[in-house]
Amino acid sequence: MNILKQAKFFWTSIVLAIVFSVIMQFLITGGTLNQFYVNTLFFIGINIILATSLHLIIGITGQFSIGHAGFLAVGAYASAIMTMKLGLPFPVAILVGGLAAAVAGLIIGIPTLRLKGDYLAIATLGFGEIVRIVFLNIDYVGGASGMTVSHLTTWPWLVACVVLTVVVIANFTNSTHGRACISIRENEIAADAMGINTTFYKVTAFAIGAFFAGIAGALYAHNFYIIQPTNFGFLKSFDILIFVVLGGLGSMSGAVIAAILLTIISTYLSSYPEVRMVIYSLVLITMMLFRPQGLLGTREITSFFKAGKTAKGGVQHDDKKTVA
Amino acid sequence: MRKKKLAGVFMSFMVAAGVLAGCNSSASGDGEKGGKIKIGANLELSGGVASYGQSAKEGIELAIEEINKKGINGKKLELVTVDNKSDAAEATNGALKLATQDKVVAMIGAATSTNTLAQVQIAQDNKIPLITPTATNATITNKDGKVNDFVFRTCFIDPFQGTVAANFASNDLKVKSAAVLIDSSSDYSKGLAASFKKNFVANGGKIVKEEAYVAKDTDFRATLTNIKAANPEYIFVPGFYEEVGLIVKQAREIGLNVPIMGGDGWDSPNLVKIAGKDTLNNTFITNHYSSGDSDKKVQDFVAAFKAKYNGKSPDAFTALGYDTVYFLADAIKRAGSGDSEKIRKALEETDGLQLVSGNVKLDKNHDPIKAAVILEYKNGEQQFKTKINP
Amino acid sequence: MEVIQQLVNGISLGSIYALIALGYTMVYGIVKLINFAHGDIFMVGAFIGFYSITILDLGFFPALLISMVACAIFGVLIERIAYKPLRNATRIAALITAIGVSLFIEYGTIYARGAQPEAYPDGVVSLKSLELFGVKISGQSILILGTSLFLMILLQFIVHKTKIGKAMRAVSHDMDAAKLMGINVNNTISATFAIGSALAGAAGVIFGVYYTKIEPLMGIIPGLKAFVAAVLGGIGIIPGAMAGGLVLGVIESLVSAAGYSLWRDGVAFVVLILILIFRPAGLFGKNIREKV
Repeated sequence: MNILKQAKFFWTSIVLAIVFSVIMQFLITGGTLNQFYVNTLFFIGINIILATSLHLIIGITGQFSIGHAGFLAVGAYASAIMTMKLGLPFPVAILVGGLAAAVAGLIIGIPTLRLKGDYLAIATLGFGEIVRIVFLNIDYVGGASGMTVSHLTTWPWLVACVVLTVVVIANFTNSTHGRACISIRENEIAADAMGINTTFYKVTAFAIGAFFAGIAGALYAHNFYIIQPTNFGFLKSFDILIFVVLGGLGSMSGAVIAAILLTIISTYLSSYPEVRMVIYSLVLITMMLFRPQGLLGTREITSFFKAGKTAKGGVQHDDKKTVA
Repeated sequence: MRKKKLAGVFMSFMVAAGVLAGCNSSASGDGEKGGKIKIGANLELSGGVASYGQSAKEGIELAIEEINKKGINGKKLELVTVDNKSDAAEATNGALKLATQDKVVAMIGAATSTNTLAQVQIAQDNKIPLITPTATNATITNKDGKVNDFVFRTCFIDPFQGTVAANFASNDLKVKSAAVLIDSSSDYSKGLAASFKKNFVANGGKIVKEEAYVAKDTDFRATLTNIKAANPEYIFVPGFYEEVGLIVKQAREIGLNVPIMGGDGWDSPNLVKIAGKDTLNNTFITNHYSSGDSDKKVQDFVAAFKAKYNGKSPDAFTALGYDTVYFLADAIKRAGSGDSEKIRKALEETDGLQLVSGNVKLDKNHDPIKAAVILEYKNGEQQFKTKINP
Repeated sequence: MEVIQQLVNGISLGSIYALIALGYTMVYGIVKLINFAHGDIFMVGAFIGFYSITILDLGFFPALLISMVACAIFGVLIERIAYKPLRNATRIAALITAIGVSLFIEYGTIYARGAQPEAYPDGVVSLKSLELFGVKISGQSILILGTSLFLMILLQFIVHKTKIGKAMRAVSHDMDAAKLMGINVNNTISATFAIGSALAGAAGVIFGVYYTKIEPLMGIIPGLKAFVAAVLGGIGIIPGAMAGGLVLGVIESLVSAAGYSLWRDGVAFVVLILILIFRPAGLFGKNIREKV
């Protein structure tokens, strides 16, 4: 009975998503939405992918990574090389971007995921910076002055990637493997004692997160005309981290909502250059002071419509220290 | 319970779309309304290179204020500024906002090449002229041999400065060996260095050491010690004053006393403040004008700027930002209207316009051609050495 | 000869990193918070020093003192307003707040005075340079090293020989137990922030004198480097921060000297990661086994 209900819910969501994207497609081609809004939507979509992919690493598996911009960079450069240097089609570039980032995730994850808490954070921060410096020194991709990329990201590709990311990560979270990851977040030693291969799951979650960040990188590179190492510094990693924490650690819908809200706020504020970052930082500080557990805590937005039930994605106590 | 997250996700997506759709109605007006001509500026006002964008912005605002005293064809300029956070993605977004939301007749592009490149396609697609005050990457105005017809620049990319510097080093300073220190994050720096090397070697000189740094570095002592070990008679540093000031200071500190030379990126009163008056002796720059120039245009600009900004001195970014507005205003005047296509044509036909940074005439790639002067720093003052025509 | 010159360059740079790293390490040791705003306090210190020298017409040492006092107050204010309410929240929440505070200080400064750089006046410290076996050591380098060493010794004295130092060590060891022993934890934490921020302020003035150029975003990179230095030496350990800073400075100089100046920051991070993997507690840290 319950299973039928779930299946129905799943397919309803998918249908809604398709209807929504088709309507948007008509609005875009019909010119009702001007380019600026379209671009903001693209930006939101990319940020959603980044937020959900980091959510898997930090929110679900509890591995404190602050080098996510490094994977974004790997994906962006790998895909740009595919289309600009090798002349391959865009879908191949997206896939290669994701795979390259996943490989980078494995290379980085295997040695560093032995570390815990702040030490892991520092190590990932370091790796993010190393990735940036490596690209800075490779003349093949333009070094410090960057690489120009054609505009190939289109609305259908974007929607497809966003839906794919959200579906895969949501399903992963609710699978056996996802539960294993959650158990690592809650207590790694206990999880180990229960026979869960913690290293395997940590690295897997890390690689999946990196894969989707790489896809976001491919979309990013082909949407903004140029990529440059300075676009992928640690401040970019912080931006992504902020989406996840502000939305509520362990809540995917929270991360998505935070990504949407913050992108809109940031875009809106760009017309007020003098006070833009001052307001942005104040929003950040106030939000954290008054709601340190994030917008949704560890709950999902759907749990608000179902009284009496709590989401499975996280613990039930908002104030419990679960991460780092 | 499974898959419930999805609903949340898509619901929030819808909400966002709703918010955006709601805003849509606010888009209004064309660029020329009620006696005003709207122009946009998309600059680095926050983020890593905020100092460049802010300098340019001060020059732009001063020029607009001056122009609006008289008006162009009976109309006034109205400036819409957006901040691109020194980030290409934000620059694209900002340019789209200016083009489709604010419907400006022309855009002033970003101070750095990357952030300008992120806007080029938008200017081309929307047929709105884009002028960058200081972005030097060659592909901005000309891509794969094709000129981007709506894109212009006020600064100079021609490797002419590098040639002039090389000839000056070989013929006037009579040096045989040189070291080159490049800002690897700037195409301007790379371009100047390349043409310097080519000409210096052709003159029979030898490049004994090549080193690089990245904008915003502060410690060059290790690199300079390396250069010192190679024993050059002369150092070519085509960079921007923020780093060059430190480079010259630290070079003198470790006892590297040979002549140092650079391009117009050096030109700023802050250079003297950072490096110190005495340390700057025995350094030379190539430039398009001399700010100690008795030329009335230059003097008026410096005085007006100091009056508006409490005695602050303008730098190269400010001067080029200021010139960009005059360059644009002149074209709008000749175009006779706020029509973007006519403005584009007028910009292209600019010939011999007198600006602070020299006379502007565009070549076929929309890049300005200019004479160069060589200046020497003596006790913190620029002294005119020679003038060389292209 | 050249190598010694490079070492001297590296030690001067490293002593600035070390001063900033000390503040990082103290704060981390006591509240386990990576205080990303620390680099920006360093920047504020540099500007306070600059204005004391140019507007109030003071010399180096008075300016240094003013900047240290002002930064101490500033640091305590930040702690009380932004971090104290979050002491029982997740540490990641506190980290995000720290990032927010950091952005606020940076862009607040830009809002107040613009983003253009400022230059410390010449001759604030006029010392002759020293010529030792062909190695040129500028008077300023010696002054920097001297001031840094003095402040570090002072700090060691405060932490190990005074009452407040004892309280700090107790709180950092076990906050709850310290509370039970009658230690005023809030005041101790504030004192830690005050001392750490004062050191950052001092580093700011010293940086200004040594490098001349200061700007509102100058704190980001040295802040990150100092953080690396703190981890290198073992975060939470004071002599570790000093050693980490100096080691980092020397490594950077040597990498530049080898002609790889563009890889300099990369090498610093590689060293960091190697240390973390093979000696996770840092050079001076003790590995504590996790108990179930």
